Amino acid sequence: MSIEIRGVAKRYGDFTALENIDLSIPTGQLTALLGPSGGGKSTLLRIIAGLETTDSGTVEIEGTEATHLPPQKRNVGFVFQHYAVFKHLTVARNVAFGLEIRKRPKAEIKERVAELLELVHLSQFAERLPAQLSGGQRQRMALARALAVEPTVLLLDEPFGALDAKVRKELRDWLRRLHDDVHVTTVFVTHDQEEALEVADKIVVINQGRIEQIGTPDELYDEPANEFVAGFLGPVTELDGRTVRPHDIDVHREAVPGAVVGSVARVLRVGFEVRLSVLPDGGAPASRAVQVTLTRAHARDLTAGTKVWLTPADRG
Amino acid sequence: MADQNRTRTQRGPVTLVLRFVVIAYVFVLVIWPVSVVVQRTFAPLNGQEGGFGAFVARLSDPAVVYAFSLTGTITFWAVLINTVFGVGVSLLLVRYRFPGRRVLSVLVDLPMSVSPVVVGLALVLAYSTGSGWFGESLASIGINVIFSTPGLIMATAFISLPFVIREVVPVLEEIGTESEQAALSLGASGWQTFWRITLPSIRSAVLYGVVLSIARALGEFGAVKIVSQGAAFNGETATLLIQNRYGNFDESTAYAAAFVLVVAAVLAIVVVNLIRKPEGST
Repeated sequence: MSIEIRGVAKRYGDFTALENIDLSIPTGQLTALLGPSGGGKSTLLRIIAGLETTDSGTVEIEGTEATHLPPQKRNVGFVFQHYAVFKHLTVARNVAFGLEIRKRPKAEIKERVAELLELVHLSQFAERLPAQLSGGQRQRMALARALAVEPTVLLLDEPFGALDAKVRKELRDWLRRLHDDVHVTTVFVTHDQEEALEVADKIVVINQGRIEQIGTPDELYDEPANEFVAGFLGPVTELDGRTVRPHDIDVHREAVPGAVVGSVARVLRVGFEVRLSVLPDGGAPASRAVQVTLTRAHARDLTAGTKVWLTPADRG
Repeated sequence: MADQNRTRTQRGPVTLVLRFVVIAYVFVLVIWPVSVVVQRTFAPLNGQEGGFGAFVARLSDPAVVYAFSLTGTITFWAVLINTVFGVGVSLLLVRYRFPGRRVLSVLVDLPMSVSPVVVGLALVLAYSTGSGWFGESLASIGINVIFSTPGLIMATAFISLPFVIREVVPVLEEIGTESEQAALSLGASGWQTFWRITLPSIRSAVLYGVVLSIARALGEFGAVKIVSQGAAFNGETATLLIQNRYGNFDESTAYAAAFVLVVAAVLAIVVVNLIRKPEGST
């Protein structure tokens, strides 16, 4: 186990940021700390990095007791949401920073920087200043800078949070591929469940200073431990007293035994999917409507007022 | 975006009136009085000859040379002290939360609002050998503060204290701590982080503050007047020399010295603008 966190807690005055956190983060994997803003996930990441102190408990990194080590001695790479670039240094000097501090030979630094810039596709920008780069490029530079010192663990704090949706998606794919190449133990914080589901090997859901659930993306999505996790990872609706995902409901046009009978109250098309509101028969209030998501093909000739039978879909 | 809204494109009568009022105001208060000093510097006066040669001759007077070199020494030390302490105090004010922080922040501004004469009096009360609190003990180890150069440096440092701090604090607040934390996580010590990351980020603010401090220190009169003996070759700074000569029927030397101070001030403004320019363009 690469990072062992035992009994970590943090309070800011009256506010409890973290409460008795126990967590093992495996070596070589990409782990996401997922949760709503203010839930404590960034605080936990900063405690691992040594940028924040813990009130109690211990942090161990690759077998080294690190609870009271200053950030310089932890050998972690940290990437910030807002890039934290060194504005007055060129891209190459930014990446070289950690190596220069470690007083490595000039030739070695040069070679390593060239290698890293290649890795993050910034070779042609080596002599530019960070101000001349786009947000996505700056973040890739920050990543190369963090990787330059060959950290034991790479910590990313909402790394794509400040980027626009398209760049975000590209960088997310790129991070996954990069991790497959580099294999450094990586922990990243995000509030975007799609990002976590797409990139991470393992997700830790954190809310109100506590860990709600730990698992693989599929485990969390299909078998959420509680309502919070279910709701945070994706949309949920209630069918016959059970909590299910709107796309896990089959819609039938004729009577099916055991189905919930109702009529379509509203049809909303969003791009490739169609969202139905189905009002169960028997005078249920509108707030009890079942939400169903279908592909366009399946939703053909369904209009408001159509009578439907709903059953939970079999998950194969 | 904001820049587009800063200037108005329409030029109505209001614009013209405003422009006239502002120019008249600046002229009456600044341009005209200063231009009279410049004019008097080079004009024949009370039977003495004018021109550039006479100007240089007046400045070569040993008492004048002494006054300017004393002012130079005082300014150098006062500004040096204020730069080091100014950066330190700024870091303290921005980066740390401690009891009394707001009081410190207000105290730093005090020299802006307190009359320099009061500053001089306060220093005399605290450090003079007769009645001062520390004067006796300092004098016993051979340090005389009042009526000597250390006192002049202290007075000047006091009145020019806020300039560096007031320039550096907003920049420190703006740059935040993330790049410093990034440097720490990359293995830099606190000292390395300061030299390699923090200082380069606040460099132009420090320079700006230093130039303003120099301008202020060169021109200081009130505090120096109280603390100094103010006689020729004995604590007479450039500003004191101007006053002494002006009152002793040697107006032309007073004007010559004043002219040098005006030139220094104009140079300071030019430097300040040169520093500000590149920052605004990025």
